Amino acid sequence: MTVTEVIFYFIAAATVLGAFGVVATGKVAYAALSLVFTLLAVAALYILLASEFLALVQVLLYAGGVAVLLLFALMLTRARELVPVLDGAQKPFAAVAGLSLMGVLISMVFLTTWPRRADEPTLINFNAIGDRLFRDFALPFEVASLVLLVALVGSIVLARTEEEEEE
Amino acid sequence: MSALESFFDNVWVDALWRLLAVLGLMVIVVLALTYVERKFIARIQMRLGPMRTGPYGIMQPIADMVKILLKEDLRPASADRIAFELAPFLAFVPVFLTLLALPFTAKWDVRVLDLGLLYFIAVSGLTVLGYVFAGWASDNKYALIGALRTAAQLISYEVPLVLAVLALSMLAGSLNLVDIVEKQGRVPFIVWQPLGFFLFMAAAVSDLSRRPFDVAAAESEVAGGPWIEFSGIRWSILYALTEYTNMFALCVLGSLIFLGGWDWPLGLKWGWWWQLALIFTKTSVLILVVMWVNATFPRIRVDQLMSLCWKLLLPLAFVQIFLNGLILVYGWPDWTFLLTSGLGLAAAGYIIYSVIPVGAPSRIVARSNA
Repeated sequence: MTVTEVIFYFIAAATVLGAFGVVATGKVAYAALSLVFTLLAVAALYILLASEFLALVQVLLYAGGVAVLLLFALMLTRARELVPVLDGAQKPFAAVAGLSLMGVLISMVFLTTWPRRADEPTLINFNAIGDRLFRDFALPFEVASLVLLVALVGSIVLARTEEEEEE
Repeated sequence: MSALESFFDNVWVDALWRLLAVLGLMVIVVLALTYVERKFIARIQMRLGPMRTGPYGIMQPIADMVKILLKEDLRPASADRIAFELAPFLAFVPVFLTLLALPFTAKWDVRVLDLGLLYFIAVSGLTVLGYVFAGWASDNKYALIGALRTAAQLISYEVPLVLAVLALSMLAGSLNLVDIVEKQGRVPFIVWQPLGFFLFMAAAVSDLSRRPFDVAAAESEVAGGPWIEFSGIRWSILYALTEYTNMFALCVLGSLIFLGGWDWPLGLKWGWWWQLALIFTKTSVLILVVMWVNATFPRIRVDQLMSLCWKLLLPLAFVQIFLNGLILVYGWPDWTFLLTSGLGLAAAGYIIYSVIPVGAPSRIVARSNA
């Protein structure tokens, strides 16, 4: 086993442990912390695959931005007092849905013909990413940002009307 | 090759001694900055500052350190134990990691990353998690309010910081810190990007929770913010070590990307010793500016803080990016950068002066006379 493989299995174990921690802990804040841990471990996996840019964006946006916003929401909404419901009449359906999703994902991994092998990573210059994104795929990129903007404005509008109704 | 050299060529040994070197640098920086800040603020306030321990109180940081190490490590009974003990490290580790990507001279660096600038911004953004957890775990009303303020502030001010740095990297055409320094040549980027530099420093002061942006720790409002329940060694990790290392790292970054880093003016090619002296001088100037602002300005209100970020700094950052793009695409001469960015900075100054009464004593005097 090479050093890279040892590092890979170490990080992969950390990712799975963190993901398990998200669903297994009782406290919501611990779940958020496990989520951050998992996101950082995934960033480490990207680095192992020589995708530096993707890894750093993962850290910047997910671990630094989304996770903090999540924590912010948890602390403002007194999530500590809510007991998460993990058991109910829909249990078998949930199991079927979860297992079938897992089956689909695993079969996708094996059925897809991947363009490259993971053990010979190609270094992609981030200038090339920028060229592809802003020259070749400029329109889809702009459309995506427009969709996000609409979602943002829409959520503000929804939140505002709720406030007015309370008054 | 001697046995010693081949020993240091080993990747693991190489990584280890570089880490230890950065750790040593960090300890020296934190000890020096605690002393410098107390003396500098004392001078501004026409006091002497620490004078008793050693000549001119030079041993004060050592005395402080011994005191902090000997203090009892208190933890409130109702605090969340795991999060409370983990929080200082969550805040500190990202700041330590940012130091690893900073080059100090053309040859002195731990690791030069191709995306060094992005790495710095991304990793330093994780510090906020430590503060949020510290505030939440303390089970204290003021700590929680302070933590929420920290989270809101740091997330908001990260945006103009990223955009100002992005505008600068458009000029440099790279995110590699060594490339950016070498690209500046005889004219540092502060000349072409005065507005970008203003945005960077405003966001840096906010990132460091210093006046006028210290609403998170405001002792008269939230009694010290997230670290209210921390004492002894945990307090020093969460507050002193993190804040001063962060201040040092941000100022090194600022002097690298805006002030020309280790390149001597007039194209002089001097050795590493002079380069090191130059970058530490530039860094010290920026650090003293941060402390000066801290000692001079009154604190702005928490809602003013947010509107300053979202309504002024963010649009200005977009303006800076747009102007840079325009000039670069049409290939206009370099002085247009100075012209447009300088006009933007003047506009920023005018808006701050006319909208926010902070920092405009003449207006306050005029109002009280009326």
